[in-house]
Amino acid sequence: MVNQQASTERIWEWLSGIPDPEMPFLSIVDLGIVRDVHWEEEQLRIVVTPTYSGCPAKSHIDASIRNTLLDRGIEHLALETRLSPAWSTDWLGDVAKAKLLAAGIAPPMASEVPMRKLEYRAWSIATPSCPLCGSASTTVRGEFGSTLCKSLYVCGDCANPFEHFKCF
Amino acid sequence: MNAVAESNEQLSQYLLRMGDNCLILSQRLCGWTGHGPTLEDDLALSNVALDLLGQARLWLDYASSLHPTKRSEDALAYWRDAHEFRNLLLLEQPNGNFADTQVRQFFFDSWHFLVLTALSNSTDEKVAAISTKALKEVDYHVRRSSHWMLRLGGGTELSRSKLILALEQHWNYVGELFEMDELEQEMHACGIGCDLGALHAEWLAYVNDVLGKVELALPSRTPFQSGGKRGKHGEHLLSMLMEMQYLQRVHPGAQW
Repeated sequence: MVNQQASTERIWEWLSGIPDPEMPFLSIVDLGIVRDVHWEEEQLRIVVTPTYSGCPAKSHIDASIRNTLLDRGIEHLALETRLSPAWSTDWLGDVAKAKLLAAGIAPPMASEVPMRKLEYRAWSIATPSCPLCGSASTTVRGEFGSTLCKSLYVCGDCANPFEHFKCF
Repeated sequence: MNAVAESNEQLSQYLLRMGDNCLILSQRLCGWTGHGPTLEDDLALSNVALDLLGQARLWLDYASSLHPTKRSEDALAYWRDAHEFRNLLLLEQPNGNFADTQVRQFFFDSWHFLVLTALSNSTDEKVAAISTKALKEVDYHVRRSSHWMLRLGGGTELSRSKLILALEQHWNYVGELFEMDELEQEMHACGIGCDLGALHAEWLAYVNDVLGKVELALPSRTPFQSGGKRGKHGEHLLSMLMEMQYLQRVHPGAQW
């Protein structure tokens, strides 16, 4: 191929156009799972860190990355899955959080300090504000929601149920 | 067998234990899908199953990469017979009622948390990475199953009596969780594994603390059932595998 190599900035832009299959209003870049993009001579290397071990969207995302880049003429792609450091919702930027809120999903708060020692912990006292009316008086209804990354809450003021993108 | 092949074989056996624990419990929990007592708990049990299935894939994929015949993670799941599985006996126990399922989960989650914490410092980089990743998920699981001990124990007379029975019934399988057999000892000695015996006191303290909050205690007798880690399973695993492996064995290589 005689095409000039696309700049990594361009490639990041293309990747920003790939939606998350479960929450299509977020891109895979918004989610913070694309960790690195660089050329190794003729080959492009992309490092992806999965969200949850069991995320069923992972293989779909990998295929979307391959197809999107193939459409742009990139044939030599090394797609690396890297577990460490583990993905955290702290990697979601402000843009992603605003998109979640706009979709009626309470964005993650700063992730809790992981439990270092095995000790009893009640469900977190801090609850997310209602994404619909803004009330702080909300209670947890389910530790998981429609996908692995979300939990279910109900608002004490407007009485609407809503999903929260879990801190992780 | 040369030294490298031998140590790979041992590590692969060790990884099978970690992976099979996740796989077998995940398959068990899938049995609740569509049958949970409430929609929220149906979702939660299915999602815990999904987390564990993801973890099982990571462990089995690593195990298969070391295996001399390179059986894929799918082949490991679908083409091994019961005696080749290395999961703890606790995890193959039937779902029973909701209290049975939560007690099995509570005993396992609290143990799993301690083991993964220890393995996060493994000298094997991949073992450490998988453990660190899985630990974040298990942190969430253990909070959930501990919370259920309080809800069931402090709920109605019926929920409490069922919880007490479930604690009695699952207690027999707990000894195996801390058993240091030859493989565990060797993995610990080379820095890959951990000392399960050393985790026992911390586990007991935690479990007693949680149960103590609703004035319950562990049975006093010594747990005696073991063998799953060495491939000696009960009849429950057989019927579960028949269901889990049926499709792949009748239609080898079938895909969605």
